[in-house]
Amino acid sequence: MAIKREIPEVNAGSMADIAFLLLIFFLVTTTIETDKGLNRMLPTDEEGSKIKEKNLFRVSLNAKNEILVEDTLTDISFLREKAIAFLDNGGILEGEEHCSYCRGERNKKSSDNPKKAIISLSNTRETNYGSYITVQNELVGAYTYLRNRESLKMYGISYTGLLDDYSNVGLSYSDKLKIKEKIELLRALYPLKLSEAEINTK
Amino acid sequence: MIRNSKKSKAQLPQISTASLPDIVFILLFFFMTVTVMKNKNLLVENTLPSATEIEKLDKQDRIIEIIVGPPVKQYTSIVGTKPKIQLNGNFAKVDEVGSYVLSKLAEMPEQLRSVAIVSLKIDKKVTMGIVSDIKQQLREVNALKINYTTFEGDTFNNLQ
Repeated sequence: MAIKREIPEVNAGSMADIAFLLLIFFLVTTTIETDKGLNRMLPTDEEGSKIKEKNLFRVSLNAKNEILVEDTLTDISFLREKAIAFLDNGGILEGEEHCSYCRGERNKKSSDNPKKAIISLSNTRETNYGSYITVQNELVGAYTYLRNRESLKMYGISYTGLLDDYSNVGLSYSDKLKIKEKIELLRALYPLKLSEAEINTK
Repeated sequence: MIRNSKKSKAQLPQISTASLPDIVFILLFFFMTVTVMKNKNLLVENTLPSATEIEKLDKQDRIIEIIVGPPVKQYTSIVGTKPKIQLNGNFAKVDEVGSYVLSKLAEMPEQLRSVAIVSLKIDKKVTMGIVSDIKQQLREVNALKINYTTFEGDTFNNLQ
């Protein structure tokens, strides 16, 4: 009995200190990963199909980082609006290529159908990368706006909401498939046609 | 209050710190799991632009990283101040980009090659000339899926 009592307790007082040291080490070495960005497909070399001038929305950035939309100087804050107006125009009034869901001006001189509308983005070698990304962002924003609008009308939830749901881990596989279908349908209504290459027109 | 009488002060129980290590350990495990060790030093300045319409990048195993920016101070005497490309911890020339991407693709398991994405981490002060050259290189090796990696934030900040 007497011997049993003499076994010393292990002092755990320094455990907190050791853990703190490790904690501080990991705090310092942690880097927040920047794993987000704008996804883009580069054009292949042999892209030769010709398109009509009215289906093309030209955006160019000059060496002074000024934005030219269809050769007129435009402030960046109006770019998204202009792109939406172009994409949503729906110039063909009847027939197969008529765009029933468009709410644009139906101007005959602007794009026929969102599925045909192409945005062309060009730049000089002196253009600043930051401005380039801003323009890309605004143009993608125009597509997102239109997809959100259609999504709210059709499913009562925004397109970005659908994307969030899709990346939600808790959903079952069948639910995800349903959401994926909806996302793909919306993408087909307003396909992202943003070209960074030179485009020839008819 | 209790403070007024000396007697009751003596009766105050000590706060047990026995659970402190447990709390610290929980924090420690949290940081251990979220930590991604920096596996290479940045040789170039790399302040990414911000954007709002961003998508999450795929898993790390299918990403090929290309970093562009003006060299950090300690290297400016050797390589100058012009924007440089950094591949895998070394400075590289534009025409090395294509072969670098191909070699990275060859290292990947076969099923990932078709979904590989090139992540362009480009400093916002860089001009588009070097970016266009890189894009041309990527087109030549048929690596067409790219991602302009950005921070999340107000995109108009890029213009200043």
